[in-house]
Amino acid sequence: MRHIISILMENEAGALSRVAGLFSARNYNIESLTVAPTDDPSLSRMTIVTRGSEHVIEQITKQLNKLIDVVKLVDLCEAGYIERELMLVKVRAEGNDARTEYKRLADIFRGQIIDVTDRIYTIELTGTGDKLDAFLAALPDTALLEVVRSGSTGIARGERSLKV
Amino acid sequence: MSGAALHRPRSNEFPKEIDNVKLSGGEIIVQFLKDEGVEYVFGYPGGAVLHIYDALYGQEDIRHVLVRHEQAATHAADGYARSTGKPGVVLVTSGPGVTNAVTGIATAHMDSIPLVVLSGQVPRPYIGSDAFQEVDAVGITRPCVKHNFMVRSTEELAEVLKKAFYIATTGRPGPVLVDIPKDVTDPNYKIDYVYPEKVSLRSYNPTVKGHPKQIKKAVDLLLSAKRPMIYTGGGVVLSDGAKELVDLVRKLGYPITSTLMGLGAYPGTDPQFLGMLGMHGTYEANMAMHECDVLFAVGARFDDRVTGNIEHFCPAAKIIHIDIDPASISKNVQVDVPIVGSVPVVLADMLKAIEQSGREPDREALAKWWEQIDQWRAKQCLAYRKSDEVIKPQSVIEALYRVTGGDAFVTSDVGQHQMWAAQYYKFDKPRRWINSGGLGTMGFGLPAAMGVQFAHPGARVACVTGEGSIQMNIQELSTCLQYGLPIKIVNLNNRYLGMVRQWQEFFYEGRYSMSYMESLPDFVRLAESYGHVGMRIERPADVEGALEEAFRLKDRLVFLDFITDQTENVYPMIEAGKGHHEMHLSPERELA
Ligand SMILES: Cc1ncc(C[n+]2csc(CCOP(=O)(O)OP(=O)(O)O)c2C)c(N)n1
Ligand SMILES: [Mg+2]
Repeated sequence: MRHIISILMENEAGALSRVAGLFSARNYNIESLTVAPTDDPSLSRMTIVTRGSEHVIEQITKQLNKLIDVVKLVDLCEAGYIERELMLVKVRAEGNDARTEYKRLADIFRGQIIDVTDRIYTIELTGTGDKLDAFLAALPDTALLEVVRSGSTGIARGERSLKV
Repeated sequence: MSGAALHRPRSNEFPKEIDNVKLSGGEIIVQFLKDEGVEYVFGYPGGAVLHIYDALYGQEDIRHVLVRHEQAATHAADGYARSTGKPGVVLVTSGPGVTNAVTGIATAHMDSIPLVVLSGQVPRPYIGSDAFQEVDAVGITRPCVKHNFMVRSTEELAEVLKKAFYIATTGRPGPVLVDIPKDVTDPNYKIDYVYPEKVSLRSYNPTVKGHPKQIKKAVDLLLSAKRPMIYTGGGVVLSDGAKELVDLVRKLGYPITSTLMGLGAYPGTDPQFLGMLGMHGTYEANMAMHECDVLFAVGARFDDRVTGNIEHFCPAAKIIHIDIDPASISKNVQVDVPIVGSVPVVLADMLKAIEQSGREPDREALAKWWEQIDQWRAKQCLAYRKSDEVIKPQSVIEALYRVTGGDAFVTSDVGQHQMWAAQYYKFDKPRRWINSGGLGTMGFGLPAAMGVQFAHPGARVACVTGEGSIQMNIQELSTCLQYGLPIKIVNLNNRYLGMVRQWQEFFYEGRYSMSYMESLPDFVRLAESYGHVGMRIERPADVEGALEEAFRLKDRLVFLDFITDQTENVYPMIEAGKGHHEMHLSPERELA
């Protein structure tokens, strides 16, 4: 099962490597990991997408909680949540047909073209990982020049929130 | 920020002299250790810690013990900690100093021993430049410490040290490394020092008290058992929970076993005690594990050397588990009633709940269960063939037990001798049996014994070792002379890396690849050249007398080199990957 674990941790040098080290030392899987400071400058927030059985996920959350730098965490998948990932895609857009087609595709996926040359479109897209995958699948392989994905971040729906 | 700017005397207050103390980083470390109540620092100097060594010079409150190798410093501090419950303190230099210490740090980590390791680091401006003797100590030790710090300024030094002691000693204890750049201890930079009395960390609040609902569930399950079994581990020793354990176990009348790490928490000579369990556990302990219907695990972590094959582990049992570390619960074995908390606190609450319930254990079922256990006991799985010709290693431990009245501190190294010490020395008190269980570190025994002897100057301390292990930290014989440590080294010299040889005999058709110890030193003359007493004992008849004589030499270290049966094996044995019910007994017992 895929899980999204959101972590608030001390904004300390080395905190990131403690988390990353834990995952490699215990052979846990990391699909993606994002981290950035929060509105409280003493904290940073990390989002890890991982896969594992219930038992493994339980161990992951317990082991993370054991890290002194981890202040609080939540497995977003325990209840409703919203997940978003940002993707930037550079496509070869040459000739009128291709240019109209990629513009149309970007519109359908509610993406935006954020940079244009006479041969290139750079498209920005946000959404769940699935949606981003679907967009890439809709583009011909030969058009894809570069893809950058941020990894997922997420937040719980409704009242539920991760705060200190 | 300069130190002077920090200090603002409050005008309308009577100026207290103490408020005016200005100390350098080096002096802050020494003063902090005094304020923290530290008696001993085990260490070895080098460039990056010279300011600290200068601050240690000429004061007498903190005794610095100069070892001969940094690994020994960590094991000595570890032995001090295991035998007292107080944190062990280590001071090593940067680079090779701290890398040498890593084995000892990992050893302490695996057994949850509170250590504070202070390591020197190159000055801040040089960090990251591959400077002389620079290693990333925080990075290297990260996976084998409970936590670590790099001190970034003299101003934060005292607070970081306080946090280090707090983290090392609370919750599930463990080693904490504090990496200190040399310029942080600069003698010319002095600032105000106040001992930080308290520390709080928003991200670290270990649970001490068990949840009342869980305690009630546990008590109900425990009292409903027909074939109960209690399995305890190092957590009972670490949390000083022996008294509460004994009270509860006596009240219940249930059988109890212990892991290698928990020995002594419940008296080894008590009839309710079935001996150690696991790979080299007793027949009765392992069979009772296999057949029990309720298992009560206390401060133990279901290590693979204990459980054997998880598929076959306690197949009929509902399991209750007390542990201070939530991550230990349901890690290897799914449990039914988890209780997170400190062992003595939870056990005391359980005893109270039992008394209040007015319920009694099922005495009839229990009597039948004991009958069954006595049948298993009748196998006498620890009996071994005696000999008049060759010294049986087991008999040396039995003699050690008799000669010391069962009341010595016994450290050990790793191998067959360690298992025999655990099996044949019946520990009646906690903190008497000191060994590296989790990491299995050869070379642990002698330096650990030094730490124990420093902590208990008048006590009898024996180090049970093998001719392989002792050579891994033999240089500490020099430290022992310098500080007059009257340790008795019991070397079970079988001229083999015996435990390796045993596995090769069983699982590799006797292909003894690299397990024979050639070119051994003459340990008697070696001991003598270090200024100690050496004895070689070759005949069974001389074993007990030699031990008596050694312990009569109260102020001398004696190296007793027992030439033992070369091919003796440790029994019973459960092969790795087998279940508790699939034990091998010794060939003689197997026939019995
Ligand atoms: C540092 C280290 N290296 C290797 C091992 C693997 N090992 C476990 S027991 C053992 C043999 C120990 O020999 P000795 O000290 O003579 O004890 P004996 O088994 O003969 O009693 C070895 C090599 C270990 N535990 N620790
Ligand atoms: Mg040997």
